[in-house]
Amino acid sequence: MSAVVASGVAPRPRPGQSIFRHHLVRAVISLATFLVLWEIGSRLKLPWVGDVPPPTVVMNAWLPLLSDPGYWYSWVQSSRRVLSGFLAAMLIGIPFGLAMATSRVFNDISFPVFEILRPIPPLAWVPAAIIFWPTQELSIGFVIFLGAIFTIMLNVIGGARSIDIRFFQAARSMGSSNWDIFRRIILPGVLPSIVVGMEVGIGITWNVVVAAEMISGGGGAIKSSAGGGLGFFIWNSYIGFSYPQIVVGMISIGIAGYISSAIIRRLGLMVTPWSRTR
Amino acid sequence: MNAPAAVAPAHATKGAIRIQNVDKVYYAREGAVQAVSDCSLDIRAGEICMIVGPSGCGKTTLLNAIAGFHDITGGAIYLDGDMLCGPDKPKAEPGPDRVVVFQNGALFPWKTNLENVAFGPVVQGKLTRAQAEEKARGMMADAGLVGVEHNYPGEVSSGMRRRVEIVRALMNDPKVLLLDEPFRALDSLTKSVMHEALLEIYYKNKVTIFFITHDLEEAIFLGHRVAIMTTRPCKPKKILEVDIPHPRNYSVLTSPRFRSLMEETVNAVHQEAVKAFEAGEKEM
Repeated sequence: MSAVVASGVAPRPRPGQSIFRHHLVRAVISLATFLVLWEIGSRLKLPWVGDVPPPTVVMNAWLPLLSDPGYWYSWVQSSRRVLSGFLAAMLIGIPFGLAMATSRVFNDISFPVFEILRPIPPLAWVPAAIIFWPTQELSIGFVIFLGAIFTIMLNVIGGARSIDIRFFQAARSMGSSNWDIFRRIILPGVLPSIVVGMEVGIGITWNVVVAAEMISGGGGAIKSSAGGGLGFFIWNSYIGFSYPQIVVGMISIGIAGYISSAIIRRLGLMVTPWSRTR
Repeated sequence: MNAPAAVAPAHATKGAIRIQNVDKVYYAREGAVQAVSDCSLDIRAGEICMIVGPSGCGKTTLLNAIAGFHDITGGAIYLDGDMLCGPDKPKAEPGPDRVVVFQNGALFPWKTNLENVAFGPVVQGKLTRAQAEEKARGMMADAGLVGVEHNYPGEVSSGMRRRVEIVRALMNDPKVLLLDEPFRALDSLTKSVMHEALLEIYYKNKVTIFFITHDLEEAIFLGHRVAIMTTRPCKPKKILEVDIPHPRNYSVLTSPRFRSLMEETVNAVHQEAVKAFEAGEKEM
């Protein structure tokens, strides 16, 4: 019997060394091609790209910044804002979404408000947020929170509603209480959707934090090295005519967004180990 | 009901289902649909009763009524003399005495096979998690499921998944197993393996089996009786006693008796299938 059993088990994908190298090679080629084309385009003054400083100039602007604590403090500031706004959005959005998905009454009461607030772009909230909250820091955090919460809620609601009815029926017929159904079916069933919502949501928070920092003046920072965040760093570079630094700021945000998405994907795989099997 | 003694299952005393004049009317967009009409069927304790009928004839409606997933609009269903649903109580309460194994499977993908099997006794509070997993391990071993306990359902073959699901149902010590075309999605070779596995499990666990299928060979090979249902509204058209003694194995498929039973069934089912086809029935 054991032979039969063994052959019935789908082989687990092993992280093969050679595959990893192929990935890496392709990634390097992709980045290198991008940089070379940019450099050429910029040097030849091609339309559009010609106005952008070439990568070599950007690197020259970047290197001294790497030892500038102010630059790194911008990273810390923006990351801190993203993280706190994002955590608040999860702490409120996930229970709210679950309540809307599981309670018809709650859904009927909150859905109209939810649907009216949802299409309002987070940036449209900036002026109101500045008036509404006592500190600039809170205003920025609030706008980030708004950027992430609707995506997270929509995914929770959609995820909970798309759980296969047979899972509920099977659980009921095996004697589950309502609490068992919630804890053992709805929560794990919705987890993959929560991860998707987080992945999309964190991207939006990076969009939002940068714009919010530009508009609100970086939480009161006067110069970029005072740590107004990466958004304020870009804005400040623009005002100071240091165009290479603008690009440095942009790339920094790209890297920050990439890292945070990668972290969430990794976390997501950790909390939904079964999703690797499909 | 006048079955030869050799056919009647002797071992079980629990799990007799009496379906009495059951009606079920759906209200769909195109109006009222009579899915089941005046359907009566007595299923003996410990018997494997196969339900055969055209697609959309209302077999699953019947199963859902017994399981307690849907209500009925007339008649009554009893389990060992206790009313599950009837005039005062149109919808039965789902419970671990009647566990369903679904057509496309309903193993929880987020639980390992072992956790899936242990699910019932844990939520019922009958066993601790450790005790339930101990028992689950034993039952899985009995069903030839060794070495896949800690895999997720998505990591094992579909035949294996069906077996895990049947064992999960049996963990609840049900009186009745309700199987809704559980092997439909399997290829015919895997199916034949599953048939023998199911019989093996059945011989060890004395349960009544209510088994819906389209596959006549499957119906005759497994069943003590085969109830051929009419096309909608659903009621038994003919009840066939399969007088091939249990335990059975695949050699009976080529026996003359099997062939003649097959012929008898094919004719009855074909008439209904044609009626259903002409009426343009859809799978419900």
